[in-house]
Amino acid sequence: MNNEKLIHAIERYERSWLLFALVMIVVFLIFIGYTLTGFAFYVPSAAERIDPTTARAEGSLFANPRVEKTGDNVYTAYVLAQAFTFLPGEIRVPKGARVIFYVTSPDVQHGFYIRGTNVNVQVIPGEVGKVEHTFDEAGEYLVICNEYCGLGHQDMIGKIIVEDK
Amino acid sequence: MAVRSASPENIYATHPEKKVSLYFMVLGFIALSIGVIFGPFQIFNYAGIDLYPALQPLFKSYYQGLTLHGVLNAIVFTQFFIQGSLLYLQARDSNVRPLMPVAWAAWWIALIGLALAAWPLLLNNATVLYTFYPPLQGHWAFYVGAALIIVSSLVSVFLSVEMWVRWKKQNPGKPTPLVTFMTTATWMMWGLAAIGLVVEAVFFLIPWSLGWLKGVDPLLARSLFWWSGHPIVYFWLLPAYVSWYGLLPRQAGGKLVSDPLARMAFLGFLVFSTPVGFHHQFADPGISAFWKGVHTVLTMMVAVPSLMTAFTIAASLELAARSRGGKGVFGWVRALPWNNPSVVAQILGAIAFIFGGAGGIVNASFTLDYVVHNTAWIPGHFHLPVATASTLTFFGIAFWLIPHITHKPLAAPRTALAGVWLWFVGMMFMAFGMHMMGLQGVPRRAHISAMNALNEGIYSSSAFYMVFNAIAGVILTIAAVQLFYVLFATLLSRRRLAPNQVPGVPFTEAISGPEGKRGVKVMDRLFFWWGAAVVLVLIVYMPTLVQLFMHMVPAPGFRLW
Ligand code: HEM
Ligand SMILES: [Cu+2]
Ligand SMILES: [Cu+2]
Repeated sequence: MNNEKLIHAIERYERSWLLFALVMIVVFLIFIGYTLTGFAFYVPSAAERIDPTTARAEGSLFANPRVEKTGDNVYTAYVLAQAFTFLPGEIRVPKGARVIFYVTSPDVQHGFYIRGTNVNVQVIPGEVGKVEHTFDEAGEYLVICNEYCGLGHQDMIGKIIVEDK
Repeated sequence: MAVRSASPENIYATHPEKKVSLYFMVLGFIALSIGVIFGPFQIFNYAGIDLYPALQPLFKSYYQGLTLHGVLNAIVFTQFFIQGSLLYLQARDSNVRPLMPVAWAAWWIALIGLALAAWPLLLNNATVLYTFYPPLQGHWAFYVGAALIIVSSLVSVFLSVEMWVRWKKQNPGKPTPLVTFMTTATWMMWGLAAIGLVVEAVFFLIPWSLGWLKGVDPLLARSLFWWSGHPIVYFWLLPAYVSWYGLLPRQAGGKLVSDPLARMAFLGFLVFSTPVGFHHQFADPGISAFWKGVHTVLTMMVAVPSLMTAFTIAASLELAARSRGGKGVFGWVRALPWNNPSVVAQILGAIAFIFGGAGGIVNASFTLDYVVHNTAWIPGHFHLPVATASTLTFFGIAFWLIPHITHKPLAAPRTALAGVWLWFVGMMFMAFGMHMMGLQGVPRRAHISAMNALNEGIYSSSAFYMVFNAIAGVILTIAAVQLFYVLFATLLSRRRLAPNQVPGVPFTEAISGPEGKRGVKVMDRLFFWWGAAVVLVLIVYMPTLVQLFMHMVPAPGFRLW
């Protein structure tokens, strides 16, 4: 094959390849957009900003980390992620509960990752992160800190127990 | 054949940039040889095997080792090797001599920065990992050292752009030679990308670690870090692309299919590499979903130049193989020079990159990221582009460039070949094990082989995949020993090649060249494209950053290791 012909042949393949690449990317973006419409509550949003040095103090939202019933099968959890535990360390809700989590840290960054779900929040001092999840299956869920926070990081593990009513 | 020579002739005489380039690369490889030691320990940890007691009392914890691994491999080795190799390739390609005193200044700044950062790292006073997220607070020398290392890279930006401008003045109207175009575009990209880290270090981390600032805003610091943190990946990758486009086709016995397309890919990276950092912050509260979405779209855009590269490199290799007598739809693959460790290292690196790129698209897919964020999937992913594609390519470059500069023959080429293959295979095992464990919810950056009794066994459902990690650990240990043996045996050897045996720089010809193409003229206006990149970055970052700057929540530092 001479050069001219070779170049033309290659350019033809290349145009198809680029077209394929662009179509693929547009399709991916459409999928992402679609999943966002249904699952936006997994995108951690900033409920408010908070001074980490007083996050545990009297009067703070997190003075008393807890889970409370706030509606018909709706629960609100205020979780403090701190070196090297979650407070409360154990959260109990009934099956089917929709739980709204507010999470913050009084010290360094942590992770708030509920294994087996899409709840995965970077816990940043100064930020109150908000996500929610509906627990349709009963069982024990691990809450794992997945951001390095110091020597005890690998053992920073909490629990959510979803009870079969 | 190699000859012994008692008094090495002055091999640097004609090209003084040889020496500074060699010094940069060797310093980088020394850093890597220490950083890599922790790799097998870490992968055995992810196989449930705790070998850290063996490192006591030299290294205090898993996390101290992990910090050294990340900093020495990903920040020091990559950058120093790139500073050395790109400087030399650009100087030879354009036939312009770098400003030598400035080049040496860059090397000394890098060395001092490395020494300053290494001191607290080795003494366990900066066990903050290579992302050094505040409020974890390390010793000030770590931040000052890291900042000096970045300053050195900015001196390299200046060196490259200055050489290019000088070439332009001497050659009015001519298109920039391809390798020079690619190296200059790479450095310009980094010049914009590095600003985030510089601001983070100079205005926040350094004064904070010295006690002049009471606190820093962790979210602001994260955002500045990732301004640089994603494009730094391209900063590691583009020098490999320079070799794949500019040298590999010739090394494989062929030509590059299209010179203008190579330029287009690099322009894509120049413009789109930086405005994408929020795809590392999908899980961060405090950054709006809207801007996360914008960064997602732009991240997908940077996939395009990589897909272009895949096509061009594969086509060039196929043509090379066919001109060597290769036949068949896939049979041509066999005709590639599989006995040349430099070529094999680069081809295997490029193959690994295919998987790395696919995984990267998953990570960047906003909603999918919540499945994998900060799980073992993430290190499983980035060892493909960084620790395989870039690292193997850099070894591949060193296999001809070090003999070229030093006139010393490559020691034990068969060991080099074996090392390259084992590295690739080992990384594939590790990538599989780590990706799968990540999907099962095992976190990254965790000393899981030494958990307290209460939590023991919580990851035992991943036992099957841990086997892959254990195998990877064995293979990669052997591979690393082989590759470093070849490298240091070459450097320390006293044999010299006869002058006519010294390998030249394998600059590639292109089948479709740059001459007379209008697009090439437009693409050659690098400052214009750099300006476009600056504007784009300002648009996608300023609304968020200004907001964060105006409402800082300073957090005091902690030492929790
Ligand atoms: C023998 C080869 C290597 C092995 C077995 C290895 C293994 C590992 C493992 C298992 C991790 C995850 C640790 C964790 O998340 O707890 C890791 C992290 C990392 N590795 Fe490697 N690695 C190797 C070579 C390299 C190379 C060549 C580079 C870069 C040039 C590199 C860069 C990194 C980085 C940046 C991290 C992340 C550190 C962090 O999370 O702070 N590695 N490595
Ligand atoms: Cu933690
Ligand atoms: Cu990225």
